[in-house]
Amino acid sequence: MAQADTDGVTDKRPLSPHLTIYKPMLTMMMSIAHRISGVALYLGAFLLALYLLGLAFGPGAFGAVSWIANGFIGHVIVLGFSWALFHHLLGGVRHALWDRGLYMDPKGRELLAQATLGGGIVLTLLTWILSTLAN
Amino acid sequence: MVEFTLPQNSKPFEGKTWPRPDGPNIREYRIYRWNPDDGQNPRIDTYFVDVDDCGPMVLDAILWIKNKIDPTLTFRRSCREGICGSCAMNIDGTNTLACTKGMEEIEGAIKLYPLPHMSVVKDLVPDLTGFYAQHAAIEPWLHAGQDPEKERLQSPQQRAKLDGLYECILCACCSTSCPSYWWNSDRYLGPAALLQAHRWISDSRDEAGEERLGYVDDAFRLYRCHTIMNCTKACPKHLEPAKAIAELKNLALARLS
Repeated sequence: MAQADTDGVTDKRPLSPHLTIYKPMLTMMMSIAHRISGVALYLGAFLLALYLLGLAFGPGAFGAVSWIANGFIGHVIVLGFSWALFHHLLGGVRHALWDRGLYMDPKGRELLAQATLGGGIVLTLLTWILSTLAN
Repeated sequence: MVEFTLPQNSKPFEGKTWPRPDGPNIREYRIYRWNPDDGQNPRIDTYFVDVDDCGPMVLDAILWIKNKIDPTLTFRRSCREGICGSCAMNIDGTNTLACTKGMEEIEGAIKLYPLPHMSVVKDLVPDLTGFYAQHAAIEPWLHAGQDPEKERLQSPQQRAKLDGLYECILCACCSTSCPSYWWNSDRYLGPAALLQAHRWISDSRDEAGEERLGYVDDAFRLYRCHTIMNCTKACPKHLEPAKAIAELKNLALARLS
């Protein structure tokens, strides 16, 4: 008994290809984007804390952090952070709806995924346009 | 474990290009091969199929290859009409049944792989032992107390609750399309088993709904589902495992209140 596996064939079996061969689909990509934006929010929150620390430490430190924040790289980071914020927020709404079993039909699920993607970009641009106008 | 790349012994290399038959309508097939006996890595072989000499489905084409070009090509098949689930494989990047997928639906070279992130027995044949064990784990049979005096009646409305659930053919297209299942198939039950769990919980004749829910209500068994929706998109029977899982989550939530 139990001789069948002792030749070690089952140990030698390869793992079939997965991520590299599966066709990218919107809902799958949005799931990945939700995770990436979530990670970006952690990093962004850390940078925001540094900025606030600079503020707390007085004019010298604040000058340094605000110089970085207002530079080109700073703007790119804040742009990315604001996009991650809106994208992740809308993604959360999407998941809350799906967790209730709503909008899971073929049309609804694609529409929600597109709305998250588009809405995140639109809200980010709107925020930047408004903040530029306010300045 | 989340491991994005394939282990060294699993990386396919470019294999053999088989002779091209004469004819005006030839389709190219790129097929994953692995032979347990030659000690080599998997390879991707190229075949050419004379479409005029062959049926319209992908299954017809691989049967044609096996009969006319290369008898060593190995795959499972049985009913050739989408009810047995044997010929489930990854075709053109998505999991489906070779017997119900028309060649005409695919552009360019037709790529065939075994169901993703599975242990390969040979060529397009994956080891489904774990998948079946998960199905067994949700105890897919009627749990009811003592034998009743007469048969357990079900109203048409109660019976209708099983529609969209009982049709599952256990082909494993859904579970093996799910990235969460790829990384956690040792602890996450996967869409197929969860759809079946929901099927038995929804059955008016079953009396073990509470126990069934208690079994699946677990951080890994149920909640590794992150609503990626690959399962529902892959299902060749057009069932909705993602929705069944969402309903399980809601039932599990309702237990708390």
